[in-house]
Amino acid sequence: MEIKEGPEVTLELALEHGLTEEEYERVKQILGRNPNYTELGIYSVMWSEHCSYKNSIKLLKTLPRSGGKLLVGAGEENAGAVDLGDGLAVVFKIESHNHPSAIEPYQGAATGVGGILRDVFTMGARPVASLDSLRFGPLKKGRVRYLLDGVVRGIGGYGNCFGVPAVGGEIYFEESYTGNPLVNAMAVGIVKTDKMASAVAKEAGSPVLVVGSSTGRDGIHGATFASEELSEESEAKRPAVQIGDPFTEKLLLEATLEIIDEDLIVGIQDMGAAGIICSSSEMSAKGNSGMELQLAHVPMREEGMIPYEILLSESQERMLVVAKKDKVGRIQEIFEKWGLHSKIIGKVIDEDRLYIRMGDKLYADVPPESLVLGGGAPVYTRETKKPKYLEKLNKSQPRVKEPEDYNKTLLKLISAPNICSRRWVYEQYDYQVRTNTVVIPGGSAAVLRIRKSDKAIALATDCNGRYVYLDPFVGAQMAVAEAARNVSCTGALPVAVTNCLNFGNPYDPEVYWYFSEVIRGMRKACLSFDTPVTGGNVSFYNESKESAVYPTPVIGMLGIVKELKNITTSYFKDKGDLIVLAGELSNEIGASEYIRTIHGQIRGPLPPFDIRMEKRVQRFARRAINAELVKSAHDISDGGLAVTLVESCINRPDGPIGCEVDIVDRRRFDKLIFSEAPSRIVITCHPDDIEEIERMALKNSVPVQIIGAVGGAKVEMNDYISMTANRLRKAYEEALPWLMEKRK
Amino acid sequence: MKFGVVVFPGSNCDYDSYRAVKDSLNQQVEFIWHGDEDTSGFDAIILPGGFSYGDYLRAGAIASFSRIIASVKKFAENGGFVMGICNGFQVLTESGLLPGTLMLNTNLRFICRDIYLRTENDSTAFSSELSGGEVIRLPVAHNQGNYFCSDDVYHRLNDYGGIIFRYCTPGGKTTEDANPNGSRDSIAGIMNERGNVMGMMPHPERYVEDLLGGTDGIKIFGSLVNANTGRADN
Repeated sequence: MEIKEGPEVTLELALEHGLTEEEYERVKQILGRNPNYTELGIYSVMWSEHCSYKNSIKLLKTLPRSGGKLLVGAGEENAGAVDLGDGLAVVFKIESHNHPSAIEPYQGAATGVGGILRDVFTMGARPVASLDSLRFGPLKKGRVRYLLDGVVRGIGGYGNCFGVPAVGGEIYFEESYTGNPLVNAMAVGIVKTDKMASAVAKEAGSPVLVVGSSTGRDGIHGATFASEELSEESEAKRPAVQIGDPFTEKLLLEATLEIIDEDLIVGIQDMGAAGIICSSSEMSAKGNSGMELQLAHVPMREEGMIPYEILLSESQERMLVVAKKDKVGRIQEIFEKWGLHSKIIGKVIDEDRLYIRMGDKLYADVPPESLVLGGGAPVYTRETKKPKYLEKLNKSQPRVKEPEDYNKTLLKLISAPNICSRRWVYEQYDYQVRTNTVVIPGGSAAVLRIRKSDKAIALATDCNGRYVYLDPFVGAQMAVAEAARNVSCTGALPVAVTNCLNFGNPYDPEVYWYFSEVIRGMRKACLSFDTPVTGGNVSFYNESKESAVYPTPVIGMLGIVKELKNITTSYFKDKGDLIVLAGELSNEIGASEYIRTIHGQIRGPLPPFDIRMEKRVQRFARRAINAELVKSAHDISDGGLAVTLVESCINRPDGPIGCEVDIVDRRRFDKLIFSEAPSRIVITCHPDDIEEIERMALKNSVPVQIIGAVGGAKVEMNDYISMTANRLRKAYEEALPWLMEKRK
Repeated sequence: MKFGVVVFPGSNCDYDSYRAVKDSLNQQVEFIWHGDEDTSGFDAIILPGGFSYGDYLRAGAIASFSRIIASVKKFAENGGFVMGICNGFQVLTESGLLPGTLMLNTNLRFICRDIYLRTENDSTAFSSELSGGEVIRLPVAHNQGNYFCSDDVYHRLNDYGGIIFRYCTPGGKTTEDANPNGSRDSIAGIMNERGNVMGMMPHPERYVEDLLGGTDGIKIFGSLVNANTGRADN
């Protein structure tokens, strides 16, 4: 078969590849000559936003990225690692797969899950949990329902088969996500600290192997595709979406863990965006070395592939392995056992060079250091401009009419898409496989036990994009705070964060202003909570022709539970238990789901946020839980106090239970029960323990008040609300299935 | 008693079954690789849940042609206990060790949730720790659990007491709503006529600890341990 070498490289072709004129000049400078077609492809993907973080890295470096219990800080490896004690570490990371999911929801979401799982097991960690943070447009649109259905099927199809429980996440529906949904997948794994693998190529002469699936033409330029706005032409880029095979991934997992466990390798990195070229250059740069690669040895699933395609292919379920010299035989034996390819395609060299050959012809001769983030990849600072509309949106408190029928208002709110039960989604995911899931989806945070230890981990993802849109500095802090609060509600101590930063086009100064404000807010909150950012992902260009998405910095929070027996759940337990509000009542309704859903207003200002109060409330909750004084703990967020109370009543596995709440406060009742003011947690306790709780609250400078008691069949709040818990449960549970399946 | 847990490529509840038998039942257990043939020394073999061979073609179809299944057939012919859970049940119907077939759930979606099971026959090797009509709670997690069989098979199953579990309400009624996947007559678990091969869609290995949501699974594994002890005594 004749090898096509590709067209002549010109500035025009470089621009078509997404490089700027300056970047093209820089490539010529680095090489001291014109790049050939293969090399142009290499630079264009490696310097794409997706791989190089060129427009974000400068600001990302201002986040707290080390310290605390971090064993591996942000950017050092494929995922962050946190010390769990007892010789174990938690490896976790979140990543976006937005653009592929907008075009082909099933495969887009499936390969998003597959990609993040590989990031975790390439470090030697066995994945124990996944979470999914999703954003869509309003469900009245058929296209949106198609996207949600496909994304949920894709996540389930991949994760269920692979055998990792999907234990949590969140979904929001807002107009701004209509053309460009967000699909962020998080994976969490456990590894023995002395078995952690590194993504490094060193020790000249070490053989380089490509393992796992064969390489095809799927996903070529996926990274470049992710680095531009969606348009009508995007549909035609469907071939840039990869195809997932969870079965092969499961085999790859087992084989990978075996070769790491037997200590047969120097380094390993999964192949995601930009395929072989990305792993080979990043591993080389990390080890201050280079590689000689022979592409003819790469197992291929199609005939006639040219080096450009082989290097850039994003075929899934592959890894690049640098083997210990005398261990290649054993590695190949293990992959053979699992029915997977493992082919030597080259070796490590002691030179800052990638020599890429096919047959006897040299197709690329580039310095790996020049390709990678932290090396020669461009770094930019972009212009920022605060949008004018914000002042108007935040100028004064929203004015809304008090509801005439509170029961009706509450029913409408708890069946709103942003609040109603997510059961329709999470029941399509296997959330129990591997039998570690102690707290299943539907509560504040998921809890997983760690076998052979008293410890557990708690996991949550959070971000209210509407808050961030209205006030990015405070909104970002509140996203971190809410994720931490959710984890604290189980009794776990929040210890580290992974983030997925979803924004529009960074070349738009208003988008970039949001980005820089979000980083500033996140830095403040993460420093304050002592929860360093262990890594994650930036996804720009989330725009369709209508608009950019809400700035959406999704926070994935890891918490550690010291004593599993002390954890608590979010639902009410027993009749007679006292309901206690920790934190203040508030009548601030700016940015709330209440004014959005009931009164059709999207506006601020955000309720005041005092990060010191937030920390005190969380610390108090954790202490009370660990002192075994608390029977349930549920944070107040979307929908306010009223929704927190209803959820606590109806999510009880043994059947709903009512409550009688009496709030003594003369401010308007709708504002009091629907305010989403942060730093508040509703806990319940046995009446015998209330004094101890009050004492503990005083000691921690947290205001607490008894607002009612658990019991009866009805949910009653002052003279305003009186409905059976069963009726509320029906409305809460039936909303999403009805929106998805019955209304059509 | 010594259990074997078969590991197909794509099995993912193998480890859960292994831990359940070892930690909660305190019995001996070993993994059996799908390419192996030797089943000697085992008293019971578990075909675990998961997606054997990716469940490509049809769930359980490719696994039914594996080497180990040929041996499991001989093992069953010789009277050994075989228990298929979820994907394992699918492998048993595909390989002809149990009658009928498992189709896609009627809602055409994967379903993971707790369900209730009514004990239809409490005098089997897999249910002697339960009493007739007893309702237990276990999780299901499957895409293809919709049991179907011909009228002939259905009547034969009924005649020899082959239907061990039916999906039901917490109060023990079989209703359409309590049946998660559309199975014929709410069938959730069956055994062969000889009484040594059983398949069920729900996951008893997931509920063997209070911490994880329940312990009803212990009764099923415990029945098997009793049956084996009974055998040894005879």
